[in-house]
Amino acid sequence: MTGSSVLIIGAKSDIGLALAHKFAAAGHLVQLAARDAAALMATKADIELRYNAAVSIYELDILDTLSFEPFVDSLPVLPSIAICVVGLLGEQAVAEQNLSVAALILRSNFEGPALLTGLLANRFERRGSGTIVGISSVAGQRGRAANYVYGSAKAGYTAFLSGLRNRLATKNVHVLTVLPGFVRTRMTEDMDLAPRLTASPDQAAAAIFDAVATHKDVIYVKRVWQLIMAIICAIPERTFKRMRI
Amino acid sequence: MMLSGWGRYPQQECVLKTPRSEADLRALLSKGPLIARGNGRSYGDSAQNENATVDMRRFNRMLAFDSAAGQLIVEAGVLLKDIINCLLPRGWFPYVTPGTKLVTIGGMVAADVHGKNHHRDGSFGEFVDWIDLLCGDGEVRRCSRTQNAELFAWTLGGMGLTGVVLRVAFRLRAVESGWIRQAILPAPDLGVAMRLFEEHASATYSVAWLDCLATGAGLGRSLIMLGEHARVEELPEDRRRAPFRTPLRKVRNVPFDAPSATLNRFTVKGFNAAYYFRNARRGTQLVDWDSYFYPLDALAEWNRIYGSRGLLQFQCALPLASARAGLTELLRIIARSGQGSFLAVLKRLGPAREDSLSFPLEGYTLALDFPVSERTLALMEVLDALAVAHGGRIYLAKDGRMGAETLRASDPRVPDFLAARQHFRTSRFQSSQSERLKL
Repeated sequence: MTGSSVLIIGAKSDIGLALAHKFAAAGHLVQLAARDAAALMATKADIELRYNAAVSIYELDILDTLSFEPFVDSLPVLPSIAICVVGLLGEQAVAEQNLSVAALILRSNFEGPALLTGLLANRFERRGSGTIVGISSVAGQRGRAANYVYGSAKAGYTAFLSGLRNRLATKNVHVLTVLPGFVRTRMTEDMDLAPRLTASPDQAAAAIFDAVATHKDVIYVKRVWQLIMAIICAIPERTFKRMRI
Repeated sequence: MMLSGWGRYPQQECVLKTPRSEADLRALLSKGPLIARGNGRSYGDSAQNENATVDMRRFNRMLAFDSAAGQLIVEAGVLLKDIINCLLPRGWFPYVTPGTKLVTIGGMVAADVHGKNHHRDGSFGEFVDWIDLLCGDGEVRRCSRTQNAELFAWTLGGMGLTGVVLRVAFRLRAVESGWIRQAILPAPDLGVAMRLFEEHASATYSVAWLDCLATGAGLGRSLIMLGEHARVEELPEDRRRAPFRTPLRKVRNVPFDAPSATLNRFTVKGFNAAYYFRNARRGTQLVDWDSYFYPLDALAEWNRIYGSRGLLQFQCALPLASARAGLTELLRIIARSGQGSFLAVLKRLGPAREDSLSFPLEGYTLALDFPVSERTLALMEVLDALAVAHGGRIYLAKDGRMGAETLRASDPRVPDFLAARQHFRTSRFQSSQSERLKL
């Protein structure tokens, strides 16, 4: 894997940054894509200096789906690994009443990530190799009142990745779905998260790095989330609809 | 959240802010007093403020390295450890390092830290080319010896009270290996120890581990440790091909707070004596950089050894003329008190920096740890008074309990610092320490 390139989409996020460090430290060329990518100049300098690595940065807006093909064509090398870290939690209460806010959440978490990773997967299929990593969410495993707009978009993305994996299983293209659970990032900054259920961005990056190397299909960053989600998914709908979790 | 320094005393409920950008920081400036905090390695309350303690560790990017000049530019929250990991394999080592690599560069500036080479090379500030400082008015000023020179000087050792250090450019030393050629010289008493320091003034590194429970003729019994960066040809043949490859040290944890009875006159006395006699016979040897400079970093959270109440470190500097007499009195009182200390460090310091609150002054510094108790707190007061009576001063980066009057009696630079604080309108920047010391 050393020397191959990894594309990180949503590179300004905390998990994206941690991934950039992790892969650069392992000797990968790192391609960072984000909106307002100029803000990544200091990060580029930092990673290049720390790991003697090569880092390139690309402007990309996940809502601008028409730009995806030119973006992928513009990459000097098609990456070996593409990781989509893009996500927008948004405010559920606002999204319930405001269609454009809800649409923004749906498009940011589903439409954009699905179209872009799908496009990259096609290129990987044509080449005959590659790894797609999609950061989805445990929130996509069952809709809850607290965040179902975000959760349903993530559910869509999870299903998209699952289908992609099924389609490409015999084409030497590895598709990894990541269900992080709680991670201490900008998205969760103001939340009171149980420490035992919460991973750091570095832990998330390390788990993803290992799962790429070992060709996992679906991972939780912290094992305990597999149990939690199994329980949540096992509750009968008749009961679940009255619960507040 | 509850915050404290490395000594875990005093502890204080503080609002912790974790900005990600200069814009975030600037927004905090308008919301009352604040102090920047690095990795929390100063011992006392220098980096805590109830209203807003600003965690700078997200400003942790290395921005540029000029290998012709050996100059590195970093954001203030970068850890020294990361810099060594990055640049030592390329043949560079910080000119000045404190006894732990788990400090931020911003913290190194704020405390103007010194290392085992202070007698020869001076403190960290000597190697700082410029500082980008976020001032109370929200402006970022580049401060150097030629630009905003006065602000530059007061920021070195200014304990974060002149502004928030954002970026620092400083120089590193070219080295040929990751190994230190260490020579250990036993000194049976204080007189010999001081004589050895003077005789070996040309050594790059020198420091003494002092058994502060030794009394009578053995008062000041210590091991002087000299060090030089090993050249490639000084390494054993099998190491010459990879001179920067040193063994990775395993970091162990102290799993719980030691019961306070663990440290007593007898255990520490035994430890100190065994340490002296075991090491006195060692002579010259090659030691890897990590073990040489950072022996305690291998024991994560070693501060817990001192029990749940925390630890106090007393560190003073005494001018050359009165050092012998002052140290003798200090050591007598410490030995008589029988209060446990694993670590007593004695070191010859070089010239002081006059235009700042920087700690070192030409003379000797003594540092030792005590578990917190009413008795040790009272003992500190006695030691303060003794140090001041001998023209000495106390290291602010270690202090969490000194009185404002003691500071004024020990340091004639305080009025100038206060005047500079007023002139540069730095009242936004306050720590629990600065409030206690009326700075």
